[in-house]
Amino acid sequence: MASTFYTEDHEWVRVDGNEAVVGITNHAQEQLGDLVFVELPEAGRKVARGEAMIVVESVKAASDVYAPVDGEILAVNDALEGSPGLVNEAAEGDGWLVRMKLDDATQLETLLDEAAYAALVG
Amino acid sequence: MAKQLPLNAMHVAAGARFGAFAGYDMPITYPLGVMKEHLHTRAEAGLFDISHMSHIEITGPESPNLVSRACPYHAVQQQQGTGRYTYMLNEQGGMIDDLIVSRLGPERFLVVANGACADKDLAHLVALAGDFNARVQHIPRVFLALQGPKSAMVLARLIPASGGLTFMQVMELDDGTFLSRSGYTGEDGFEIGLSPEKAEDFAKALLQDPHVEWIGLGARDSLRIEAGLPLYGQDMDEKTDPVLAGLLWAIPKELRGGGDYIGASALAEIATRGVSHKHVGLKPDGKAPVRGGALLFAGEAPDSPQIGIVTSGGFGPSCGHPVAMGRVIQSAALAGNQIYADVRGRRLACTIHKLPFVPRNYYRGD
Repeated sequence: MASTFYTEDHEWVRVDGNEAVVGITNHAQEQLGDLVFVELPEAGRKVARGEAMIVVESVKAASDVYAPVDGEILAVNDALEGSPGLVNEAAEGDGWLVRMKLDDATQLETLLDEAAYAALVG
Repeated sequence: MAKQLPLNAMHVAAGARFGAFAGYDMPITYPLGVMKEHLHTRAEAGLFDISHMSHIEITGPESPNLVSRACPYHAVQQQQGTGRYTYMLNEQGGMIDDLIVSRLGPERFLVVANGACADKDLAHLVALAGDFNARVQHIPRVFLALQGPKSAMVLARLIPASGGLTFMQVMELDDGTFLSRSGYTGEDGFEIGLSPEKAEDFAKALLQDPHVEWIGLGARDSLRIEAGLPLYGQDMDEKTDPVLAGLLWAIPKELRGGGDYIGASALAEIATRGVSHKHVGLKPDGKAPVRGGALLFAGEAPDSPQIGIVTSGGFGPSCGHPVAMGRVIQSAALAGNQIYADVRGRRLACTIHKLPFVPRNYYRGD
């Protein structure tokens, strides 16, 4: 059964077993505005929690997306290469960014649940 | 603490997202979003609140002489009812600010200056006024820009006389409103200086027209880069001379070798000696934007020499690809030449591109 966690940096993490799909929240895409480019990591890259692993570029600025937990990139959302706007249209659905393998599932306990994230963004 | 624009409440009500710029809380985007705001301006009419820009009036019998001393052009001969793109130089030939100076009367000029430079420009001009029989005064105004192909039609309904202006012509209305056919998007349009008391009603009247939408600073930036227009503080500053910035065209030929304006001898020397780099447009070959500050290299290899720097860049919604401007060494500054920008440690191919990226649609008369 999948469950979704959030970070204070406005990423969502949908966990299924020892894998997770990661994206930015709808709140984050609203703040960024229209995305024109997403720089995704290579599959196979090991990332440490808090490490900048993705860059999302809006018309105005580039912003980092951080690894929510330690792990390895398994796959990236190739559709974003041609359609970065998918993130604006469906940030928490078709606009997902990467799928990753979790090194340590206990790290998830430090992330926010939906209610805590909703309270954070008010 | 950032200052608020006189029309701040209108922007809040319109759903603007704000950011600090030039000491003001400025509307960066509205609910439409940068992309649609940009495209709307190119297709219809965009309304910008650019009240962060400073209006300085220079009056008095020697006002033309003061302007000719501060700016490298023949202000004494400037026709009444015209505006001119110019700048103020320091003694080293560096740019204090770039400006539009309009002649409102035989003894009256209006300087429109960048918001971030407002205080130093005023101080510079006030200090100069000591040498002339002239007076320098800041005029508090709301400054709006209406830009895009529908601007003339929209504005004619409120100000019928506006249709009589062509690009870079200016007029004053009976109530003191300043009107100029100019802008910062590459499109036909107007800039309108209003007394703060009248501005809200005027803006509301414009917004009643279905062709008009509020446009924020985000789209203003992408519009001006596509149009190849420089931004003070990014594309030039006090350490940049107009030759390096690619802005020598704004100085009459006979003044490039010397004159009575501040910075004349330094500029003459620079113009004679020549400069190492040239201001160029850059089209990144890929989809990743290349932004101001990115270094430019001759080749893809890590050891290839650095040949320049990006001064402004981002995504161009009308072009559908990233757009940038920068400075590269003269030998590489040929349209079609491929060079590389360093973006987060990667070398991204860019092609030297002529400016502007989109045609300028200024209205120069039928």
